[in-house]
Amino acid sequence: MEFDGERILDGINLYFNDHEFLTLLGPSGCGKTTTLRIIGGFLTPTSGRVLFDGNCINDVPPYQRQINTVFQRYALFPHLNVYDNIAFGLNVAKLPKAEISQRVEEMLEVVGLQGFAHRHIDSLSGGQQQRVAIARALVNRPKVLLLDEPLAALDLRLRKDMQNELKRIQQAMGITFIYVTHDQEEALSMSDTVVVMDKGRIQQIGRPEDIYNEPKNAFVADFIGESNILDGVMLSDYKVKFFGRVFDCVDAGFAPNEPVDVVIRPEDIDFVPAGEGHLVGTVTSVTFKGLNYDIIVDFRGFKWLIQTTDYHGEGETVGIRLNPEDIHIMHKSEYSGMFGDYSSYSAEYDELTEDADNEEE
Amino acid sequence: MKKNKSILLSGPYILWMLVFTLIPLGVVGYYALTDPDTGAFTWGNIQDLMLFIPTLGTSVWYSLVSALICLLLGYPVAYFIAHRGPTAQKILYMLVMLPMCMSFLLRTLAWVGLLESNGIINQFLGLLGLGSANMIGTPGAVILGMVYNYLPYMILPLYAIIVKIDNRLIEAAEDLGCTPKQVFAKVVLPLSMPGILSGITMVFVPAVSTFYISQKLGGTDTTLLIGDVIERQFKSAGNPNLGAALSLVLMLLVFICTGIMNRFGSDEEGGVVV
Repeated sequence: MEFDGERILDGINLYFNDHEFLTLLGPSGCGKTTTLRIIGGFLTPTSGRVLFDGNCINDVPPYQRQINTVFQRYALFPHLNVYDNIAFGLNVAKLPKAEISQRVEEMLEVVGLQGFAHRHIDSLSGGQQQRVAIARALVNRPKVLLLDEPLAALDLRLRKDMQNELKRIQQAMGITFIYVTHDQEEALSMSDTVVVMDKGRIQQIGRPEDIYNEPKNAFVADFIGESNILDGVMLSDYKVKFFGRVFDCVDAGFAPNEPVDVVIRPEDIDFVPAGEGHLVGTVTSVTFKGLNYDIIVDFRGFKWLIQTTDYHGEGETVGIRLNPEDIHIMHKSEYSGMFGDYSSYSAEYDELTEDADNEEE
Repeated sequence: MKKNKSILLSGPYILWMLVFTLIPLGVVGYYALTDPDTGAFTWGNIQDLMLFIPTLGTSVWYSLVSALICLLLGYPVAYFIAHRGPTAQKILYMLVMLPMCMSFLLRTLAWVGLLESNGIINQFLGLLGLGSANMIGTPGAVILGMVYNYLPYMILPLYAIIVKIDNRLIEAAEDLGCTPKQVFAKVVLPLSMPGILSGITMVFVPAVSTFYISQKLGGTDTTLLIGDVIERQFKSAGNPNLGAALSLVLMLLVFICTGIMNRFGSDEEGGVVV
């Protein structure tokens, strides 16, 4: 896919299974919305094909596709009330009035908006508008429902409720959902399959657990959750060397002495008294996070993020132990060295990335 | 505190309105209801208005036809402009405004030069050996003059509304199965309604009271408009009392028309309040 000669999507090769909840996950400008718009028919790819039940639908206009979309910020019709918004697609299809009314009522119940039929759109809250948008798309019984960051405009609490709601609706109706989000937590908790994208390319496809536990490269490891990413060398199967020390690990199949990226999740690291540790470092910052402390430890100038419920004060010397299953090995990639160093750590890292993402579109 | 200040600031204009709008309106009302010779109260002027009902009818008819033609011509233009890039939009907007920068009188006189029996168009037709057409003094010429002069008042409000229609609504309609024609009928047109109504009002109101266009491009008895009659009462006929009565009725008519329009408009968005 190209825009003004600039390549936005490159080599996207995706299969969607029936009744699947698939999420396109990635930072701003990674091409996930573009992918969705191609599937919806609002953009025609400059090369490549879109197949639906085995038929190429590149030249099929949106109104002839058995696909419906829940748009970012809903795009509800302001001149129609809730009922007429939901009935819109059925009216266009010229279904009998009685059937329309029955299906709209049914949908209102599914999204929990009984009694709102004759309310005007402007009188609804964000969460309610969002439910109308979902109902308006689902009432047409599409084979595939596209959702473009449908929860981005809602506050955290409402977002959590709607996540459960969407998952429930998807399972109840047995429709394929293709969901776009930049929120990794949302992606992990809702999806059957997660597609991590960056720079117009698919970085990894897999089940949420696999994406989290077995990230393919430094980008995925950093984007999904927090990761300490270190330079290492794979000496042989199950033996990796970093920080001048050889560790046992559970990964194999690398070339002898291959340089690799080593991922260690902050929550997998256990503190031990300094004398018993594999590595010994100094605590440089401690932040209370509610569930745990975020502790930054300096190991020979490389700073790690460690999440733990044990308190260790600033300036304290601590030791850590790493179990083989806590160490995950990845091939080197174009992203090596770009992520996973917490030297510039600030307590606001979550909020900062959130803000950057919200600037999308 | 704030309220008091805003009254102070709007004071000059309120005074202006009082002196130059409300008081003159009272004077018009006074003239309309008094006898030209004795100055005594009378319904005579209002009764005389019956004579001018056909003229009033012609005025309303011509203005409605003009407003309709303006709408048919203006809507596609406004839609076209609203869907250009930002620079093209500015240039096209300027072009629509451009005729309004030229004097209204001059623009109308220019049409006289074009439409006259030995005017530019007829000379051209003569050169082609097509004979000459009788254009000036016909209802068509008057309506043409109205359309030409008031078309920008139709395009500008339409453009202002259409440009604000969210493209995602159009995509949503396509997504829900609308062909391009249905998108227009079910989404774009209903959402343009406020622009259509204000455009029609903006064309209808000045057109219904015009006298210059009908004098220059019409000038015959069949194209006599209510504006001409009013002007005549004040000037040649020397009967300001009848003229005042006519003006009052015309004003009332405009009020009723705009009232109906607004009613339509608020019905469109009526649900907002409910």
